[in-house]
Amino acid sequence: MSEKTSLVKNFSKGLWKDNPVFKQLLGMCPTLAVTNTALNGLAMGLATTFVLVCSSVIVSLVKDLIPRQVRIASYIVIIATFVTMADMVMAALYPAISAELGPYVPLIVVNCLILSRQEAFASKNSVVSSFVDAAGMSAGFVLALLALSATREIFGVGELFGFAVTGGLIRPWLIMVMPGGAFLTLGVLVGLANHISSKLRVS
Amino acid sequence: MEVILVFISAVLVNNFVLTYFLGICPFLNVSNRIDSAFSLGMATTFVMTLTAVVSWLINHFLLIPYNLPYLEYVSFILVIASLVQLVEMFIQRVSPALYETLGIFLPLITTNCAILGLALFASLRNYSFLETLSFGIGAGVGFTLAIVIMAGIREELEFADIPKPFKGAGITLLIAGILAMAFMGFAGLLSV
Repeated sequence: MSEKTSLVKNFSKGLWKDNPVFKQLLGMCPTLAVTNTALNGLAMGLATTFVLVCSSVIVSLVKDLIPRQVRIASYIVIIATFVTMADMVMAALYPAISAELGPYVPLIVVNCLILSRQEAFASKNSVVSSFVDAAGMSAGFVLALLALSATREIFGVGELFGFAVTGGLIRPWLIMVMPGGAFLTLGVLVGLANHISSKLRVS
Repeated sequence: MEVILVFISAVLVNNFVLTYFLGICPFLNVSNRIDSAFSLGMATTFVMTLTAVVSWLINHFLLIPYNLPYLEYVSFILVIASLVQLVEMFIQRVSPALYETLGIFLPLITTNCAILGLALFASLRNYSFLETLSFGIGAGVGFTLAIVIMAGIREELEFADIPKPFKGAGITLLIAGILAMAFMGFAGLLSV
């Protein structure tokens, strides 16, 4: 029973308490770059999930075989392999999304969220808990990307996943889908997340 | 002419940090003081220029002739990791003082996504050798410009009364948003 609760805790910490985007500020580059529409945000989130979960499982399996001095280089090669796979699958199945995300898919290799989970967790823990940890962190990452990209799409073009939602009530703010809007939206969301956390801590 | 256009575009119009969101981690975390931001910018520019050259050579003399495009990401990241290691050893030997100042930020250049992004963009856009070289230098100068401006603003902000939830990352992101809007003004420089 206790093992089960610790697994749940392990999973849920990525959702809010240690949310990779809002709390740890990791993986900022894809977070900001591809969240102009909710669909792009979701696609990037799922690609990152695939790479993070697969790399964590492999790293926790081979952790005893890798000498300490070359561990970072080995992790990066493992990550780069899965990113190449994700990139090719995406280009074959969803060419339109793949073209839109462009070089940001290969840039998952240097997403510091993935490397930091290998170094901080997968290289020290069992396969099962590494899997759960990676899944939780990925879920938190996907949720954060969805929150950011949905906000930007709704205010920027008045749509969500390509469907009109505001009914012309809000005039689209072009800046929201431009680079400036990415920084401003994330800044406001991070501030909001901190505010909610401090409120929760008080009560 | 093309070479100069590539340079201006990389520094101002398509600034790596403020338009492509590359190198955000050091941008948000390191840029507290102007002098350390400038040293980090210089070291990054150096690594970027070398990476641009070496990855172009690898791409055109190994990957394309032997038809190995799927090894692109793995080989680029290995090039970057070994270059950073070399630069670190070089600086340690030549200027121990600078090595001390940069400290932990030197090895962290490896995971600066601006460097891998540079190699990927150069190969995606089929730049010639000279264009790649000027793209590398321009991207480095653009990165330095962005983090130095940010460090200058943050030095001033130290005594500002910022609402508590926005302290740190929140206010930095908001400033970056305003900076990005200001840099949009450069878009008219190039008609491309």
